[in-house]
Amino acid sequence: MSRVPVSERSSSMESPEHRGSNTWTAALTRWVEGLVPKGQWLPDRQPAYVASWIYVFGVACLASLVVIIVSGLVLTLGGVTWWHTSSVGHFVNSVHLWSVELFFATMVIHLWGKFFMASWRGNRGLTWATGALAFFGSLGTAFTGYLIQTNFDSQWISTQAKDGLNAAGIGAYFNVMNLGQMMLWHVSLLPLVVGAIVTVHLVLVRRRGVAPPIGATDPTASGSQEPES
Amino acid sequence: MITQFLAVSEPVPAGPVVQWGWVTITVANLVVILAMIVVFVLALVLPFPASHEDEDR
Repeated sequence: MSRVPVSERSSSMESPEHRGSNTWTAALTRWVEGLVPKGQWLPDRQPAYVASWIYVFGVACLASLVVIIVSGLVLTLGGVTWWHTSSVGHFVNSVHLWSVELFFATMVIHLWGKFFMASWRGNRGLTWATGALAFFGSLGTAFTGYLIQTNFDSQWISTQAKDGLNAAGIGAYFNVMNLGQMMLWHVSLLPLVVGAIVTVHLVLVRRRGVAPPIGATDPTASGSQEPES
Repeated sequence: MITQFLAVSEPVPAGPVVQWGWVTITVANLVVILAMIVVFVLALVLPFPASHEDEDR
């Protein structure tokens, strides 16, 4: 990193020399800034066709995911006996369950809306693909969540799943009857994977703009990245 | 404490199911799917409220 006096840092960071410097921090800054067109990280204006309820379900899904993560973090603080035996634990456990129900319901309605408007148009194929990956990653996370309930329900599910996974030849590596392994997959590995995929999906949505309905004019298609009001 | 653990260990009943040929689905899951379809259709037909900024124009 190039050394710049503190008093000069503010102005020098904006200088053309800094933008063109070969340091990895400057390169990283340029890369992050170039991910999304200027002003599109959190745009306050959208094309007119976005004023429709069908465009609400993507962000509803994202809001549900935030509640899932927060309630899941609270559950990790208390642990298994807490969420089974205390009323607050029961409540947080239920919040976690119902936010997951809402997450999947809104995600599937989001999927239906995007499928019927062929949202992969306008160079948005990768946005569609990452959305599909987020869906399948979320399914895996939800299934491992069912396995770590630590009740008869989860015992039943794990023994049934074990048969199928053994038949597929992966039961020794992904052992659904190993509570420790499933717990770590559910609270650590899979949330990181889903979080990374969702982040890429969101960056791509901001990069390409939201998909227009069939027949509407796409303001990003003409080369301009500035949305219309 | 023992009562609480006994409550945890009680199996959760699956509830009633409906069956058409080879398709079997619980009523609860069917209700959720039908509700999602209703919400999807409503999202397409219901007007979106105009923003205050648009109303000022």
